[in-house]
Amino acid sequence: MQEVQITVIDASGTAQELAFPTGMGLSLMEALKSAGYPVEAVCGGMALCATCRVEWQEGTVSEPTDAELDMLDTLPDQQPTSRLGCQIRLESLTDGQAILRLNPSKKD
Amino acid sequence: MLETDVCIIGAGPVGLFAVFELGLLRLKAYVMDTLPVVGGQLAEIYPKKPIYDIPGYPSILAGDLIDRLMEQIAPFQPGFGLGQKVVGLEAVEGGRWKVQSENGEVVLAGAVVIAGGLGCFEPRKPDLPGLAALEGRGVTYMIRDPEVFRGRRVVLAGGGDSALDWTLQLAEIAGDLTLVHRNSSFRGAPESAARVQALADAGRLRLLTSTALVSLEANAAGNLSSVTVQTQGQPAWSLEADDLIPLYGLTPQLGPIADWGLALDASAIQVQTDNFQTSVPGIFAIGDINTYPGKLKLILSGFHEAALMAHGAYRHIHGGAKPSFKYTTVTGVSGL
Repeated sequence: MQEVQITVIDASGTAQELAFPTGMGLSLMEALKSAGYPVEAVCGGMALCATCRVEWQEGTVSEPTDAELDMLDTLPDQQPTSRLGCQIRLESLTDGQAILRLNPSKKD
Repeated sequence: MLETDVCIIGAGPVGLFAVFELGLLRLKAYVMDTLPVVGGQLAEIYPKKPIYDIPGYPSILAGDLIDRLMEQIAPFQPGFGLGQKVVGLEAVEGGRWKVQSENGEVVLAGAVVIAGGLGCFEPRKPDLPGLAALEGRGVTYMIRDPEVFRGRRVVLAGGGDSALDWTLQLAEIAGDLTLVHRNSSFRGAPESAARVQALADAGRLRLLTSTALVSLEANAAGNLSSVTVQTQGQPAWSLEADDLIPLYGLTPQLGPIADWGLALDASAIQVQTDNFQTSVPGIFAIGDINTYPGKLKLILSGFHEAALMAHGAYRHIHGGAKPSFKYTTVTGVSGL
């Protein structure tokens, strides 16, 4: 089975390298949730709540869609690196690896 | 005070279908929702998106599904309290419940069904120190009557359609108007953005793009007096203001439901799966807001939960008596 390697830096700054399977259609949000990270994902992956937001550090990935950009644009503390985990398919990590930071703010 | 058999909190698809299942058991329902319209997220967020997993409909638009549900429940003449955010839930004698809205509407019900979906849609707030203390003292998240801002020094923050629309409207009313937007351009309607730019060029308002809110200052009376902002690459400065209106859209929050003493699991209400009752007898929870082993957040699962809940609510209201189970194919649907 194909895998991607993702280094996740959590709110406390602790980094962990995790392997996730591709080919199952998983989103980054779903992968982070399954790994036990406190990702709320209130809206279930429709780019509506931004509770799965991450800060992208490294790794080639698909460009955000208009729906994702619209949601990110409403955030008071949007960064140039901000992405919504629910809109990123693991298959779209073309290098098979990435580094990202979970958003430290309590709630968006 | 309004009296009903069952008070349903949440007018999304599952809350609406609960009216039907309760109606079959001759229980009258009153449905309350924070939003001013029925349909919940289907109406508010994705009315034009097709849904493909409603049995019998290969594809149906979310808005159309709500229309069909309203038609289906019409014979049971449910009451609606729309634009009513439920804040209080209190046990009264006889196993009944007093449900109270923020605007003071009070409903007395034999049972309560929470079909709150994602929760209440509440304004997304910027992370600024001292923000909470200034809410209602210059910081407002919703504009109900623009006239209250006449002649005042107003700072709007945000870059979406509502920030642009309110900027255009308040330009006529406010004494001094500033729009602060974090990004260099607007993603909202290009026409509104162009009109805002034209007003800024004409000196009718101050447009600060690539600019962040940094802090808020209060006067001796505890009211907002200025907003400190910082444009990229420049030092921060203070802008005198009577009002700050952050318009960063809405985000779902569990809201007051979290304070009702119900057993929760990661922001969802725990229920038992034979009748979808919560940890408190007489309070039921169905749809996206509940959780149980194997839970799937699907509309069709919510419909199933509504049917079992109705039988549970009937027993609660009728002192444990079991309702008689009938098929609509045999008995038809007779209204209440």
